[in-house]
Amino acid sequence: MPEKSTRFRDPAKQSMLLTALYIAQEQHGYLSKEAIERTATRLGLTAKDVYSTASFYTMFRTQPLGRYVIQVCEGLSCFLVGGAESLVDYISRKLHIRPGETTPDGLFTLQTVQCLASCGTSPAMRVNDELYEDMTPDKVDRLLDQLAGR
Amino acid sequence: MPFERILLRNVDVPNSEKIDTYLERGGYQALRKALHEHTPDELIEMVKASKLRGRGGAGFPAGLKWGFMPKGDVTKYVCVNTDEGEPGTFKDRLLVERDPHQVIEGTIIASYAVGAHRAFVYIRGEFFLGGKRWIKAIDDAYARGFLGKNILGSGFDLDLSVHRGAGAYICGEETAMLNSLEGKRGEPRLKPPYPAQVGLYGQPTLVHNVETLANVPHIVLRGAKWYTSIGTEESTGPKLFCISGHVKRRGNYELPMGTPLREIIFEHAGGMRNGKQLKAVIPGGASTPLLTPEHLDVTMDFESLAKVGSMLGTGAIIVLDEDTCIVDVARRLTKFFAHESCGRCTPCRAGVPHLLNILERIEDGQGQEGDIDLLPSLCEGIAGHTFCPMGDAAVNPTLSSIRHFREEYEYHIKHKRCMVS
Repeated sequence: MPEKSTRFRDPAKQSMLLTALYIAQEQHGYLSKEAIERTATRLGLTAKDVYSTASFYTMFRTQPLGRYVIQVCEGLSCFLVGGAESLVDYISRKLHIRPGETTPDGLFTLQTVQCLASCGTSPAMRVNDELYEDMTPDKVDRLLDQLAGR
Repeated sequence: MPFERILLRNVDVPNSEKIDTYLERGGYQALRKALHEHTPDELIEMVKASKLRGRGGAGFPAGLKWGFMPKGDVTKYVCVNTDEGEPGTFKDRLLVERDPHQVIEGTIIASYAVGAHRAFVYIRGEFFLGGKRWIKAIDDAYARGFLGKNILGSGFDLDLSVHRGAGAYICGEETAMLNSLEGKRGEPRLKPPYPAQVGLYGQPTLVHNVETLANVPHIVLRGAKWYTSIGTEESTGPKLFCISGHVKRRGNYELPMGTPLREIIFEHAGGMRNGKQLKAVIPGGASTPLLTPEHLDVTMDFESLAKVGSMLGTGAIIVLDEDTCIVDVARRLTKFFAHESCGRCTPCRAGVPHLLNILERIEDGQGQEGDIDLLPSLCEGIAGHTFCPMGDAAVNPTLSSIRHFREEYEYHIKHKRCMVS
């Protein structure tokens, strides 16, 4: 009998899991194996429970990423006004990384994401928790320069 | 005469998100009225009489949902669905960022009507500002006695808190959202039982979209009769229409249900950009079948859009001009659904990526003879064979684009390139 997977889970504690994962991720930058195990112990869950939930959601990461995570919306309404891959390509060329990659200095990670609910103010992208709308190459230049401290 | 703004009446006022602004503009009067002048049953009857229908996409009558909640002393919950992520849609974000108290007021009234003392806001993880606004607004509502124990001296108690999602479109589906609230993978549950019977932690739960709840204070203050005077016979009240794509003035427009599509695109949104011709319109978000210029006189309400083979969905209108490749549109929307499939049901998990592969090869000039017939047969194996409506939604871009633009697919396959670009 797999004792661990059938033991009692406290629904109130389990409900805190997403919040707990956000906190762990904020502390370490990503969810390490240790962070997952510690979260499980704290909430009375198994590491398997925690990994099962964490791996479902795109905002949780099990690998370290750059200090600034750039997420460019790939949505149709972004594409129609010059965003999506045009914006991704522009940033790619500027930072010399492809989507999914991090700059060697660890400053920027480039990702593509699905709709950010900014279709009326597209092209849209996020950097960490900030949303940027009506993006143009000029605005991208200014933003990335500012973030890089140049 | 321009339509009087109801849901968006506050959003352009400076500091619209603050509780003082909301109170100065008559906020929380509906709550006072609901708690002191009406019984819960009267409120349920009022919402039934208003014919308010869910604004999250399905259009289910809100009053019926309230009526399905069991009476008496059982633990019940109310959940506010702020998981807006349907491509083309950006109305709930506006309501939450700019007028959160309107939604809180609606939530308290709904909770009182169904006898729930605990309510949760579920907000998608990407809405960082929206989350902050929700938390601040809830704190302020507690401080002023609109939440907590004995609200406004009525004896009614309600606690409300915010739960942040973490990136999954499917959590907008109500049962997936409940699983996510419980700290689990956001996979939909089989229905029935519906959340009104077995919802959060197995208890009866009322789940509403943000825009739906925003309507509630206005119905309580101004009455069901006033509400039904707006819109059509079966689709009543104001609706937020989100317009994006190739129009001059993109944005949120609040108009009566039943406003003609032509009027929204050519008057409110200023018509097509750059003097281009209209080619196609997606009327209600990525999951709704696309329409063509011949459908422009359709009115934007649940019944009329169903009659022309589409859906009102979230009221998110995506406008495509003559230079847009329809196969590419289908491919992009299908890519979204392939990415967002939760993986629980095989037809969706395996079928939608397969659909995407075929659309990609056609778009890339590698289409094969027979692909145009293969696509609908694949769609048949997906739609209607999944736990949740996502399977049905995922096939709509493909099926509707083939229905209206078959020749474009044929051209792509025959000439190995696009007709328009």
